[in-house]
Amino acid sequence: MAEFEPRIVAFVCNWCTYAGADLTGTSRIKYATNVRIIRFPCTGRIDFMLLLKAFGNGADGVMISGCHPNDCHYTSGNFHARRRWMIFRRLLDFAGIDHRRIIFSWVSAAEGAKWAQVVNTAVEEFRQLGPYDNYHAASKEPLEREVING
Amino acid sequence: MDDLRKKAKDLLESQAVNVIIGYGEGTSGAVRAIFPRKAEETDKLIYDDRCTQNLAVYLMKHEIKHMEKKGIVATIPAMRSILQVASEYQLKEDELVILGIGPDGKLVDIPGFKAMEDYLATQDFGIQEDDKAILRKIDAMSMEERWSFWKDELSPCFKCYACRAACPMCYCTRCFVEVNTPQWIPISANEIGNFEWHLLRAMHLAGRCINCGECGRACPLEIPIHLLTYKMTEDVQTDFGVTAGLKADMPSVLSTYKLEDKETFIR
Repeated sequence: MAEFEPRIVAFVCNWCTYAGADLTGTSRIKYATNVRIIRFPCTGRIDFMLLLKAFGNGADGVMISGCHPNDCHYTSGNFHARRRWMIFRRLLDFAGIDHRRIIFSWVSAAEGAKWAQVVNTAVEEFRQLGPYDNYHAASKEPLEREVING
Repeated sequence: MDDLRKKAKDLLESQAVNVIIGYGEGTSGAVRAIFPRKAEETDKLIYDDRCTQNLAVYLMKHEIKHMEKKGIVATIPAMRSILQVASEYQLKEDELVILGIGPDGKLVDIPGFKAMEDYLATQDFGIQEDDKAILRKIDAMSMEERWSFWKDELSPCFKCYACRAACPMCYCTRCFVEVNTPQWIPISANEIGNFEWHLLRAMHLAGRCINCGECGRACPLEIPIHLLTYKMTEDVQTDFGVTAGLKADMPSVLSTYKLEDKETFIR
């Protein structure tokens, strides 16, 4: 049987990690292709609902990455984000949602190699965890019956 | 109770306030909120053990909000809500007259926010023992058990939003759940939509919830949704050392930060 390939959504900030991921590419560093990168202006913009929506739409893992503390393009966006994640992670845990499937990292624009390494480790971890069947099953079945909103 | 009626009557007679928000006799032995606007209506005010609702919620409702001077019968949770909402610049001190009720059911003199802060500093407001027991029980579960616990608990929810309507902190005129481009929360009752709604509600109350438990009491299906916000309050306390609703000029937890905030999970 073919190895399970996790589907990963990465929410990254425009100024650090997106540029960092670009550097990974231009440096010709090879890394796992499971990750779909979505570019945001800042980690502070990454709403916790987007994470839930990603899982609801079939993601097996989510990555969130942005500027290191003190490096935020908008000075404090990542500090605000950090507080939000600290709380949100505990809430997810309390609600029984697998917070191991959300991986946070700080990757600067100069850390192309780190991005490749963070993604590769994440893919490995998500592969171990397997598909997020619980959540996908809960989100799929009733929605198919839904007529409101097409 | 006579003290309360007398004070309310004086306030309305002297036109110090335009309305009193208080408890009155409802139907079949239940208590409801009443809003006397004339001095003679104050005889209907009551206070006893059945009066548990957090009346601060009405301060934020459109009809009351625009009545300028308001009097409110405030139990300790209501006082904390008032301070929290005031810290979010939603209430003005000079628009409010507080008819404070202590834990013994006696009238307390609360002339302003400062007095309220001082009074609350002397009070003890832990959560109820049975709620604490369930919280610890959930903490002890494995992740799968927690998932099925909440799946079972949340499954009857059909999103009537009574929890939102009962909460003094849920005062946004346009709520996330009514936004439909994109449709963040599915309208129909489905498993994941219910999870999303309750997690979203808890997150939006992070660092603001004062543990009155009104959301859980308002739930017609008796889903213990107040546990989510109780847990959140504990987390905010552990991570940031902040307790909501103790001061009228407190910065909001999630719109401020500290350089030394400590996390263990970011790579």
